[in-house]
Amino acid sequence: MRIERRLRQPWWLAVVVPVVSIAGAFVLSGLVLLLTGYPPLRSFHRLFDAAFIANGALSDTVVAGTPLAFTGLAAAVAFRMNIFNIGGEGQLYAGAITGATVGLLMAGTPSPLVFAGMIAAGAAGGALLAAIPAVLRAFFSTNEIITSLMLNYVVALVMEYLIFDSQSYLRDTSSFQGKVFPQGKTLPAEATWSSWTIHGLVLPLGFLLAIVVAALMWVLYSRTRFGFEVQVIGDSARAGRYAGMRTRRKILAVMCLSGAIAGLGGASQTGDFRHQLDPRGLRQANYGYTGIVVAALARYNPFAVVLVALLLGGLTNAGFTLQGADFPAGLVGVIQGLILFCALGGELFVRYRVRFAW
Amino acid sequence: MGGGGGASPPTSIAVALRGITKRFPAVVANDSIDFDAAAGEVHALLGENGAGKTTLSNILTGLYRPDEGAIVLFGQRTEFQSPRDALDAGIAMVHQHFRLVSPFTVAENVVLGDHRDVGRSFLLRPRAIEERVEELSRRYGLAVEPRARIWQLSVGEQQRVEILKALYQDARILILDEPTAVLTPQEADALFDTIRVMAEDGRTVIFISHKLHEVKAVADRVTVLRRGKSVATVPAADATPRSLAALMVGRELEVGGRSVERGPVGEPVLELDGVWADGDRGVPAVKDVSLTIRGGEIVGVAGVAGNGQRELAETIVGMRPLTNGGVAVSGRRLSGGDPREAISAGIAYIPEDRLGTGVAPGLSIGSNIVLKSYRGAPVSTGPMLRFARIRELADRVIDDYDVRTSGPDVPAWQLSGGNLQKVVLAREFSGAPVVLVAASPTRGLDVAGIETVHSYLRGAASTGLGVLLISEDLDEILSLADRVAVMYEGGVVGERDVGTATVEELGLLMAGGKSED
Repeated sequence: MRIERRLRQPWWLAVVVPVVSIAGAFVLSGLVLLLTGYPPLRSFHRLFDAAFIANGALSDTVVAGTPLAFTGLAAAVAFRMNIFNIGGEGQLYAGAITGATVGLLMAGTPSPLVFAGMIAAGAAGGALLAAIPAVLRAFFSTNEIITSLMLNYVVALVMEYLIFDSQSYLRDTSSFQGKVFPQGKTLPAEATWSSWTIHGLVLPLGFLLAIVVAALMWVLYSRTRFGFEVQVIGDSARAGRYAGMRTRRKILAVMCLSGAIAGLGGASQTGDFRHQLDPRGLRQANYGYTGIVVAALARYNPFAVVLVALLLGGLTNAGFTLQGADFPAGLVGVIQGLILFCALGGELFVRYRVRFAW
Repeated sequence: MGGGGGASPPTSIAVALRGITKRFPAVVANDSIDFDAAAGEVHALLGENGAGKTTLSNILTGLYRPDEGAIVLFGQRTEFQSPRDALDAGIAMVHQHFRLVSPFTVAENVVLGDHRDVGRSFLLRPRAIEERVEELSRRYGLAVEPRARIWQLSVGEQQRVEILKALYQDARILILDEPTAVLTPQEADALFDTIRVMAEDGRTVIFISHKLHEVKAVADRVTVLRRGKSVATVPAADATPRSLAALMVGRELEVGGRSVERGPVGEPVLELDGVWADGDRGVPAVKDVSLTIRGGEIVGVAGVAGNGQRELAETIVGMRPLTNGGVAVSGRRLSGGDPREAISAGIAYIPEDRLGTGVAPGLSIGSNIVLKSYRGAPVSTGPMLRFARIRELADRVIDDYDVRTSGPDVPAWQLSGGNLQKVVLAREFSGAPVVLVAASPTRGLDVAGIETVHSYLRGAASTGLGVLLISEDLDEILSLADRVAVMYEGGVVGERDVGTATVEELGLLMAGGKSED
């Protein structure tokens, strides 16, 4: 048996391999279920029901998937140029902080203006944070994986400090609850982002924004000069320099764009769902890190990112709903892990083929 | 001084290959090849890139197993399960890229692969090894200090260590893969002496090369491979460069034919004035280089690899900052360190590293053709790219330059070296340049590819372009250039008109010797 590089990647492989990978993941998790004494088919049925079919399940899945779509797009934007922005987590926090601040500051202004202000602030917060590893990478050749990762902890602690250890503007110091247990100030009603309901499916503003971002990213990366430069530099930075491309500027631009998208995710968290700066909740959710998985599974394709975000979001959502004595709590984690494992394993078959010698 | 054994038929066959066939997914690399070499014979393997030389030597050294055919070693049919088996059977290879551990000493490297003798013992006894290495190097004229560390040695010395390694393991059959590619003419002559001594000792030397005059100078017999087949085995003494070249490519080629007819030499297009630049380690690699290239002429830069040629090219094209001095194109001075400035000034550049610098390997041929022209019309309008235009341009290049591929969407890494170089040439010429910097533009290409590149370079000069040709292949420079500058340790140590220069003089300059003037 030998493994050789494919000279040509047939178009159908890009569809078949992910589908087979996900199917494989379910077969493997089914085995895990059998071994632990749970009926696999019934467990899966309940899982899908709770994620996509039951009354209101799909709306909850969209809620869970929206932040993952943002962080997934953020990761994909950078990874396309071989820049590894692992800081989506912290950039999302930064966007949540700036978004919440602007939402509070603009109390009394008409809603659309507040939304616009929060969106701009969230994007700016994420972009500014991402600018730190970007500058270090572009001008001092520092490894952006390390710097962006480490900044996640810095921002996480800043965020906790704002709510738990200080009398900051963002902390609720007036209400009775807020005096008993520290929490963020609730945003005014005009800072609550709109949502639209179609046949019972609730679509929050943030989710629609994510779809717009995905579409813009697709146009930017596949139709413009900017995208061409990103492709060249991602493939070979030396070839980019040789062709006279401004590689440093491109690193700055792509990192800040990536940070801005993650920051939008943070603004959407405050505007759409949480309506206050919620450090504990954001930290537990791990949106930024899961976004990296989403981007990898979607092979950095923006539309696939949105779909995969909904899939993983659905699993998370179902996990929450079903948690209890009769449902294995770890199952959702196991399935997510196996999907990633199978998908990355499947990559091998897209690029290489296995031949059996006789 | 031709080959020692002459045309007399081999007496005792050391190694014979019978009907060796090796298939790879897309090609038959070796197609029922018969080959034999006698003890005491220097046998040259001659062929273009892709003719099957490397595959054949990989089979001989146990790296590949043949699909069909047999290896007969000293009259015994042998099968190698691994490279170790081949080594134990007395077959050693000196690769083009050395397999040495650079912080180790010469003696340590020599004993590295040894699992029979002192290398097997738990404790190293350096003194014994060093003595043996000294004895071998005296006997075969391989001057090298056994206690020196590899990184302190020149490329030529490192090659001697590789040969010592083979001799230390008492290899009866040595395969040398293009051993002179990295050597100065003087070093190459010394190597030929060593090869003769080894042959007189009864060892078999298989000498892989695509340089005709070397094969004539050192080999007893020559086997010519073409497209995986062995097309002929002839005594070296009877062969002429022309006949060998014809066998190699299957048609008659101009050998060393120098076309003198040139357009008139024009105004200076590229002026280097006391250029200094740092190398990758931050120490000066280009020292005070001044050169003028006029429109319509080809100026060669000769030198052994690593004497600042690569850095000089990168400095001219803006990929490496100038630390002092000036570069001017058509009389306009560049600020330096900016490839885009150099491109718009009219400098075209064929980089030494084709795949990775010259093209983005994962991108399509089409994308690589517009790599420098994507910024403006007609390839893009405003921020948007026009894909239909890119396809048109790519289709035209594929036709005009005869790029062998199935279409413009094929990723560049799938192209062969020669076709890749055509894509690079097409793109560079499309920018309407005034000067072309070509760094080792034919490295790794086969004879047909080399011819193509040469004819494009000649063509460029005849249309009035100034060409700066950097090459380690002196023959190439002598056959193409009007003038030649020799670089040694970062500086230009001599400049000659090609008409008056001799190979010996240039070789001396390349090796750091002073010539008479």
